[in-house]
Amino acid sequence: MFWRRRKAIVCRRAVELVTDYLEGTLSERDRRRLEEHLAGCPNCSEYLAQMRKTIETMGRVAPESLDPAARDDLVALYRQWRS
Amino acid sequence: MGDESDLLARLQAGNEDAFVALVDLYHPSLLRFAEGFVRNRAVAEEVVQDAWLGVVKGIEKFEGRSSLKTWLFRIVGNRARTAGVREHRHEPVGSIDAPAVSPARFGAGGHWIDPPAPWTDDADARIDAQRTLQRLGEWLDQLPEAQRQVVLMRDIEGLSSEEVCSVLDIGESNQRVLLHRGRSKLRALLEQELREVD
Repeated sequence: MFWRRRKAIVCRRAVELVTDYLEGTLSERDRRRLEEHLAGCPNCSEYLAQMRKTIETMGRVAPESLDPAARDDLVALYRQWRS
Repeated sequence: MGDESDLLARLQAGNEDAFVALVDLYHPSLLRFAEGFVRNRAVAEEVVQDAWLGVVKGIEKFEGRSSLKTWLFRIVGNRARTAGVREHRHEPVGSIDAPAVSPARFGAGGHWIDPPAPWTDDADARIDAQRTLQRLGEWLDQLPEAQRQVVLMRDIEGLSSEEVCSVLDIGESNQRVLLHRGRSKLRALLEQELREVD
């Protein structure tokens, strides 16, 4: 009977898996392997925390505020179309 | 979503205030989204204005199968993509297939030899500062188009992966790869920024 040697995940691979991990799209097996790795690797744990922080911060990158002239143009357009 | 169904009802009834509320809510985001396809401010403004006209014309037929927001992004996306093709936009080179972290930071066995320095509370404060947020916006714009659009829609606009796939007309796994590459690049730039000012 053959069984495959379970290869542990190394750091170089772990950093490529974080997005799938956060998306919840890793296989059950890979998720467990990654979590095992993270439990023993402060560097990769830090990396994951930094990714989370980056994502969270992106959520606060606001667009430029609405130009009042653009707003007026759109209202005029609306009235023209509805008339 | 109660708020949205009320807004939708008013829009479909031809209520001007509702239209203005919709513009106030979404115009800046839609403009930023359009700029990712055309990279020319004036063209992006035309695209979005044209899209709003499409919204006004099409609102009565909107069936609510997607959210209003997704619908708006889809309308702008379609027009912006067409306009972008007309402008023969070129993809920025580099960073399209880059690994998440520079390979030089790992040893032969794949372990970190140059690990990420922990982001302490002090680092957090600097990340949250206006200046850094502005930088993040600039770096976002420098990402290859597809990565930029996915990160923008997912992490800034909060659309779901299904919604993004539908707006950009891409598959799930492609979307994930783009998200991964874009986010990895942004994290790396943030890390670099924090290192430099030390």
